[in-house]
Amino acid sequence: MSLWIGDGMLTHLRDVAEWPDVGERYEIQGRLGRGGMGVVYAARDRVLDRDVAIKVLDTIDPSGVAARRLEDEARILGRLEHPGIVPVHDAGRLADGRVFYVMKLVRGKQLDAALDVSTSLNERLDLFLRICEAVSFAHALGIVHRDLKPQNVMLGRFGEVLVMDWGVAAAIASATVDDAVVGTPGFMAPEQSRGGDGVDARVDVFALGVILETMLPAPAPKPLAAIARRASAAQADQRYDSVQLLARDIAQYRDGEPVTAYQESFLERLARFYSRYRVPIVLLVAYLIVRVILALWLRV
Amino acid sequence: MNFPPTRLSVVARTRSGDEVTRRLAFATLIEAYWKPAYKYLRLKWRLDPEDAADLTQEFFTSVLEKDVLGRYDAERARFRTYLRICLDGFASNAKKAEGRLKRGGGVTTVPLDFRTAEGELVRHEPSVAADVEELFYQEWVRALFQRAVADLRSSAQASGRDTMFRVFELYDLVEPTGDRPTYAELGRRLGLTPTTVTNHLAAMRRQLRQHVLDRLRDLTASDDEFRAEAQRLFGTTS
Repeated sequence: MSLWIGDGMLTHLRDVAEWPDVGERYEIQGRLGRGGMGVVYAARDRVLDRDVAIKVLDTIDPSGVAARRLEDEARILGRLEHPGIVPVHDAGRLADGRVFYVMKLVRGKQLDAALDVSTSLNERLDLFLRICEAVSFAHALGIVHRDLKPQNVMLGRFGEVLVMDWGVAAAIASATVDDAVVGTPGFMAPEQSRGGDGVDARVDVFALGVILETMLPAPAPKPLAAIARRASAAQADQRYDSVQLLARDIAQYRDGEPVTAYQESFLERLARFYSRYRVPIVLLVAYLIVRVILALWLRV
Repeated sequence: MNFPPTRLSVVARTRSGDEVTRRLAFATLIEAYWKPAYKYLRLKWRLDPEDAADLTQEFFTSVLEKDVLGRYDAERARFRTYLRICLDGFASNAKKAEGRLKRGGGVTTVPLDFRTAEGELVRHEPSVAADVEELFYQEWVRALFQRAVADLRSSAQASGRDTMFRVFELYDLVEPTGDRPTYAELGRRLGLTPTTVTNHLAAMRRQLRQHVLDRLRDLTASDDEFRAEAQRLFGTTS
């Protein structure tokens, strides 16, 4: 009689038949997800006794382009040592020749799933600023991400904010858009979707503007809506020149300062002034009222 | 993903001029499809076990005798879909002709273990019963893996790799509800180091995949169909 394979065993066999042979050091524990050219697995690093994630190339690649891209991704991550960027631990080729790299296993939620009605505006802005810090750091090293979107930002269980999936990142100096590229409609700057040269750090500014829009509550405060609009302007030269400038405007708003993207009216300036100095203003008014009462009382 | 070398698929071999080749191809085909067909008839057409068993027999006999496969056009549908549509047509006609249809019909029957299939249906209530077409697929995949595991066992025994297969059997051929041992526990039980357990499992899984792909290659009519089925089966982008 042949072996009965139940649904659970069948699912397991389908999984393990697909798992790559990652050698003796790592023990695959399950599949985490699939990207454009690779599959990411959860694994145990036996040598360092810790959980890791392994990204393995998983596409037919006769020209070797995809393999080079995954190797580039590993090298880029290797250069980007920043608390907001997932660290890479190891890279190489499997026994079957496929390229892989090992990175930190991030347990948490994607940005779009992590925000809910209980997330305050200030918390949202702080998160956004931390995303900006990581992207800005990459830009400072001459790397542009090119596929920023909420699904590529992970919020760890201990408050970490990590920018993931640098699979289509490239050096700013050499970043062009070719047929094989990449990016996500809706988050991709017009010049990136059109193709051709001229892709620079401002494509990330564009994507960050769209991300900001998705993070803001509705209706968004006017200055923040203006910041998002400016960051995601169709014309690159109408956007912020850098992520740092975008982040500075956000920080200005958070601290009750005027922002460059929005020309406020006198009343709005007054309201912002009051909002920023509410405590001293209230104390001053209270003091003046008490003085007036005292003066009137003493006169009587 | 590496593709098995192209050779005539079982579908093509059912059209062979050589009687033996044709018969063997039909046997392979029936082996892969009779359980999905039987369970499909039971669940979609709500036939009782006896009628479903008879109709399954008649269907494959009809496929064998009436050149049903000769009309298959790989451009228009996957082979599995074509066969399911044929089965629907066959069941529909049989229902219409219910009064005239004699059970068994005096046709040549193929020895199929319907009691086991019925037992599987009763013991393991299908998790996809709401979608019987998905059930047909699921049963087809199950049959494919059952064959591939049998192939793996045979090839392991033939090459003196019984211990490797035993590791695979104890670790992977268990229902997830059961206790899956750790590599270290399994190693202690079989007198192997955890590293050897890892290597044995990796080797067996690689070979299982190859056996599945070999079987799949055999059951699909074209390279495109094979790639599409492999992609659905393993989720590979290749």
